Amino acid sequence: MGLAKRIIPCLDVDAGRVVKGVQFVDIRDAGDPVEIAKRYNDAGADEITFLDITASHQERDTTLHTVEQIASQVFIPLTVGGGVRALEDIRNLLNAGADKVAINSAAVHNPEFVREAAERFGSQCIVVAIDAKKVSAESDTNRWEIFTHGGRKPTGLDAVEWARKMTDYGAGEILLTSMDRDGTKNGFDIALTRAISDAVPVPVIASGGVGNLQHLVDGVQQGGADAVLAASIFHFGEYSVQQAKEFMQSAGVEMRLG
Amino acid sequence: MSEVVAVIDYGMGNLHSAGKALEKVANGQTIIITGDPDQVRAADRVVFPGVGAIRDCIAVLKDTGLDQAIRDVAKAGKPLLGICVGMQAMMARSEENNGVDCLGIFDGQVTFFGEQFSDTGARLKVPHMGWNQVQQGMAHPMWAGIDNHARFYFVHSYCVTGLPDEAVAGRCDYGLSFAAAAVQGNVFAVQFHPEKSADAGLTLLENFLRWQP
Repeated sequence: MGLAKRIIPCLDVDAGRVVKGVQFVDIRDAGDPVEIAKRYNDAGADEITFLDITASHQERDTTLHTVEQIASQVFIPLTVGGGVRALEDIRNLLNAGADKVAINSAAVHNPEFVREAAERFGSQCIVVAIDAKKVSAESDTNRWEIFTHGGRKPTGLDAVEWARKMTDYGAGEILLTSMDRDGTKNGFDIALTRAISDAVPVPVIASGGVGNLQHLVDGVQQGGADAVLAASIFHFGEYSVQQAKEFMQSAGVEMRLG
Repeated sequence: MSEVVAVIDYGMGNLHSAGKALEKVANGQTIIITGDPDQVRAADRVVFPGVGAIRDCIAVLKDTGLDQAIRDVAKAGKPLLGICVGMQAMMARSEENNGVDCLGIFDGQVTFFGEQFSDTGARLKVPHMGWNQVQQGMAHPMWAGIDNHARFYFVHSYCVTGLPDEAVAGRCDYGLSFAAAAVQGNVFAVQFHPEKSADAGLTLLENFLRWQP
């Protein structure tokens, strides 16, 4: 008995509305992030990740307001990512009630930003989000590279080395998304998850590709992930968080139940 | 007049969660978030949450006089709750940041997890982050309605060890056994985040608002 593995539903939010369609049958407003966050909280989610995909800077205040509302009603950890570029952004999100802030492209453009953020706010609230894509041929040794702009732009950075560097700089957690698997429902990139998890001393959240509950188990047992993030399998009501937890527990993964 | 519960704001981070969670379970109490030592002394109950590095935390407490206000509250017999780095700050000394003298309310030490391994030999990740079980060391009003071995949300790289047994209100195992909760008269302190621990955490906060030490 000990530390449980975590299940983290992820919400994509644009200007204060959940997009990528959450389709619970009996939900009143499928676009309301507060209602959906509460719903996941009640269902036993261990954390919630809120990915802000708002394009325009002006609507950032909407995001802060939404975070505030979620934080005043949902008493589990809340990670907010998307468009975090300056210490000011982090401060605003933490003050609004986020517990952790995920830094993605800004870390690639300026790694020192991660160091400054960890020194200022503490590693415990700095998550570095890594979008990785396999660049090696099938017959070669696995190699993954960091991509930005939703997986379109290669950076030349080796994913494993990058993850190690980010934790050296003070990242307290790595949110690892396989751009090859994202949206495929074919399961996590297990080799990638294992490579990163073995390389860093901090917890790793596996993301990208979950299509069924066995994928969640594999991410933990084979990939070595400390937490698993999923969106669509929960949003569309294919599985409940509780079902996922019971399945994982029965497969031998320690979970927080009941 | 309703009771006033002061949540100490020493300017380092997210205290809204603690405030919001207390508001959620309050039953007529007024929750204030304050960095004013006099307001802290005047409150009926005090919550001392903490985040970030211990050196900065202790430095700010000393600069603002909040260190003495916290000690005064502890001495005055009013219910005082330390959370996370707030708990660590109440110990004698922390080895974080090359060693920092803390408030000395408890005779405990704050030590780094270091290289810890699971039963299966796997290296444990640090920070210790997520939901772990708390084994209650005693019956206590703060544990009312909370199952022994209930899970709470932790996120920390340093932990409290070396407390006398009678001060350990709860234990947690993560490679090593550490104090998840400490108690001494009117002072209770928890390493986990009750404000982020769903129902178990809200129950603990509700218990704190009722606690008559």
